[in-house]
Amino acid sequence: MSDTNPATAADDETGAPIETDALIIGAGPVGLFAVFELGLVDIKAHVIDILDKVGGQCAELYPEKPIYDIPALPEVSGQQLTDRLMEQIKPFGATFHLGHRVDALSREVDGRFRLVTDRGQVFVAKVVVVAAGGGSFTPKRPPLEGIEAYEGTSVFYSVRRMKDFADQDVLIVGGGDSALDWTLNLQPIARSLTLLHRRDDFRGAPHSVEKMRGLVTSEAIRLMIGQATALKGAGGALEAVVVKTKDGEEQIACTRMLPFFGLTMKLGPIAEWGLNLDENLIPVDTARFETSIPGIFAIGDINTYPGKLKLILSGFHEAALMSQAAHKIVYPDKKLLFQYTTSSSSLQKKLGVR
Amino acid sequence: MVKITFVQDDGSRQDVQAAPGLTVMEAAKSEDVPGIDAECGGACACATCHVYVEPEWRDIVGKPSEMEEDMLDFAFDVREESRLSCQIRISEKLDGLVVKVPSKQF
Repeated sequence: MSDTNPATAADDETGAPIETDALIIGAGPVGLFAVFELGLVDIKAHVIDILDKVGGQCAELYPEKPIYDIPALPEVSGQQLTDRLMEQIKPFGATFHLGHRVDALSREVDGRFRLVTDRGQVFVAKVVVVAAGGGSFTPKRPPLEGIEAYEGTSVFYSVRRMKDFADQDVLIVGGGDSALDWTLNLQPIARSLTLLHRRDDFRGAPHSVEKMRGLVTSEAIRLMIGQATALKGAGGALEAVVVKTKDGEEQIACTRMLPFFGLTMKLGPIAEWGLNLDENLIPVDTARFETSIPGIFAIGDINTYPGKLKLILSGFHEAALMSQAAHKIVYPDKKLLFQYTTSSSSLQKKLGVR
Repeated sequence: MVKITFVQDDGSRQDVQAAPGLTVMEAAKSEDVPGIDAECGGACACATCHVYVEPEWRDIVGKPSEMEEDMLDFAFDVREESRLSCQIRISEKLDGLVVKVPSKQF
């Protein structure tokens, strides 16, 4: 798993609300294919994903691993599948909003859904398609006792505002690109900076490792090999972190901590939308794949129904049926004619092959 | 069949019979051994199937690969004897293997 990338930690957006037919939450294989199925029935979509790339778990967890159960593709890697889906959905011109997490959902007076992302972007959509897989990728919280009390004041899992770290004693934990990049970026403004990693080997880009080692040599930062075991402080203000090293235990005085231990999947704010949930999954019917709120659909690994299998191919099927139901909401007065891409002139025109 | 024993933090033990060719993680999941989460399903892409290999088994089980070492960076309380159980392939020579499950996966 990669860590969050400093490049995506941009300032909050304050753009105008984006109006769309459909808002798809999740750019994994099922979310991507939903663009295709919705597109065939003339529903335009915007797609949001918390990661800074498309492909979801396919791209984040197993880009190199072969998948063997995609019909007609005897062997395809997670990244190849993502690339081919992107090629397949190209004619429909969906807009992607990467590095966003949808936080709030409410209703407009006209019945449309209003959604706001963690970066402040507002969407107004006629239908919402939740294709969020295992949930949103969220930074892992180290199981240090009482860490929750320091989160947002002393302990951060990403850097939103550099100034939160200015003139602070900063402890960065990890050995990947996020840990290294933030070590290099925060060193000039921090009062002191310590990089803590469990081994003297770094996964990050070689040139970042080299720069970091240069800072250690010039004593601009301190590198410690060991593992954090406890936090010291009071009232949300961190004072020190206890570190277990080869030679024993040491306390590092610090007022800010940035742990980078990769990502895990959590349902996240969707849980607060008032949808019926069943053990962090969203129950749907199997004709429309609609949730307990009409107009909000759930497809792929995030949904549940009798007989559900968490397979990509099942998600593709769900996307097709969902699109038929979404059509009734987006175009209440239009009759939908069932057509095949092999023979329909109008479908072929939409696909740009005619 | 090969016997693998999982020891929990509280000392409780659970024996699992597994066919050679499976991974230790798959053996654990087949019998619902607590504490082996295997969030990524065995792709060596998380660190939630972390185990400690008992000292007498360490040489036989072997060391983690470079990719596994990288992934162990995401585990908690990593030790010399740490392995990701999805990366330990079961063979006849592992019959009787004992691994400890950490107090927490994360």
